Amino acid sequence: MTMQIADSVSLSTSEAKARAHAAAARDNLRTEPRAVRIVVIALAMIFLTVFVVLPLVVVFAQAFSRGILAYLAALAEPEALSAIKLTLLVAAISVGLNLAFGLVAAWAIAKFEFRGKTFLITLIDLPFSVSPVISGLVFVLLFGAQGYFGGWLRDHDIQILFAVPGIALATTFVTFPFVARALIPLMQEQGTQEEEAAISLGASGLQTFFRVTLPNIKWGVLYGVLLCNARAMGEFGAVSVVSGHIRGETNTMPLLVEILYNEYQFVAAFAIASLLAMLALITLIAKSVLERHLHEGDELRDD
Amino acid sequence: MSAIAARRRTLPGFGLTMGLTLSWLSVIILIPLAGLFLKSLELSPEQFWNILSSRRTLNALRVSFGLAFAAACVNLVMGSIIVWALVRYRFPGRRLFDAIVDVPFALPTAVAGVALTALFAEKGWLGAPLAALGIKVAFTPVGIFVAMIFIGIPFVVRTVQPVLQDLDPEIEEAAGSLGASRWQTIIRVILPSLGPALLTGLALAFARAVGEYGSVIFIAGNLPNVSEIAPLLIVIRLSEFRYADATAIAVVMLVVSFVVIFAVNRLQRWAQSRIPAR
Repeated sequence: MTMQIADSVSLSTSEAKARAHAAAARDNLRTEPRAVRIVVIALAMIFLTVFVVLPLVVVFAQAFSRGILAYLAALAEPEALSAIKLTLLVAAISVGLNLAFGLVAAWAIAKFEFRGKTFLITLIDLPFSVSPVISGLVFVLLFGAQGYFGGWLRDHDIQILFAVPGIALATTFVTFPFVARALIPLMQEQGTQEEEAAISLGASGLQTFFRVTLPNIKWGVLYGVLLCNARAMGEFGAVSVVSGHIRGETNTMPLLVEILYNEYQFVAAFAIASLLAMLALITLIAKSVLERHLHEGDELRDD
Repeated sequence: MSAIAARRRTLPGFGLTMGLTLSWLSVIILIPLAGLFLKSLELSPEQFWNILSSRRTLNALRVSFGLAFAAACVNLVMGSIIVWALVRYRFPGRRLFDAIVDVPFALPTAVAGVALTALFAEKGWLGAPLAALGIKVAFTPVGIFVAMIFIGIPFVVRTVQPVLQDLDPEIEEAAGSLGASRWQTIIRVILPSLGPALLTGLALAFARAVGEYGSVIFIAGNLPNVSEIAPLLIVIRLSEFRYADATAIAVVMLVVSFVVIFAVNRLQRWAQSRIPAR
């Protein structure tokens, strides 16, 4: 009896050993020798440190290189404040416009079937593949003194280029796809059943949208707005072409960074840059939080 | 099928939302882009050719396209290594490194530009040791190359990462247990499955680097014919009121980037058709 038990115990341990051995052998088939692993990880870490971490650290190191008082003084300059105000205004305009467009476009594209849908999405994506400088140039060609509408605008005394409307237009162009691209796949995945049920129960189209669709896509909306806003506040090339660089009037924060840097006012330039870098970091953190919410949504729907 | 189509039409608002979408798309994107092409048609083919074949334009295009391609190749190799480390290995700080890959997406380009310049200038943290070795980065074409590497890295990582994550482990185990060495498995089994994603990442990084302006102009030095990128030449021509020159260069760049998007779309469709439905 005792021998039998001992037998079965030794059998099960040897079986476990064999299983562990097999598992280890299988893992070995899918991984590399320790030395290779260390080299690969080291290369990845060094590369990311040199190209991503150090540039970020440099911004803050330079901004605070003369102490926190110099940093705060640089941010309190009237020029800095007017740049911050203009950046917030332009971002509010272009995010607002692109949010409205994104909701409308996503409804048309995700909730209905029609020919040429893929082509339409490609058109919406176009600004992603246009150089920022060209995004500014197209508005100079339309509204500049030699542009198609330049003469008419001058006759009617309307200022678009080198003024807030031009900056807002160029920013809207550059950030055009963000909200729509965040919503279209999400709304396609959710289908139309809930909306159809609401309509068949007598809800109006707008009621259906605000009470049924919007609660379902709220994280997606926030995600699109977040990325759109980050790009809108940080846009440089397109805005640089249409702004005219009028000090205290048409300089956004990124443009002011350039001007101060070229005047060797490094603390001031990096102080403004540090605000933009913080915006980028906050955006990335908020993005990962939102992605978690979006994935939770996936799991709920899978159940 | 027709039943589905009929049911879909019971949702209201298609006409209105589609009409608004197309109008707004036209006003903000299509008409401005069409204006650029129309403007370029005002040039005779000869004028167009003279602008493009001028030494300064050719050099700017060569700098932009050549360095963007070189940087995209570096991104392809380093991006693959980063993806491999992030997906296959566990190491301290892995999640943090995963998160910071997106920094070049999120950091405003002007900030990246001044930061890279400060870092690689002769007295900078990395510029000083490199200068001691006789390597000058800032204010040379090497600086442009560095900025383009910075801006392109997330494109390769974020297109390849999900594909490697979804790769079926059994294929590798099969290759291994059939006697393939680890190296053979990686080259013959894993690399071909990642092929379309790698090419897409390369194309996206290239397209972004070609058009990049903000992060490049600070570190470039901007010496005509040597370290002057095409987008900067557009800005310079605009400030000289030489609209025709700016338009011609812009049209060439736009056509190239449209060809790249078209190729990427094709590539992705091809990749999808290759993977059998699970």
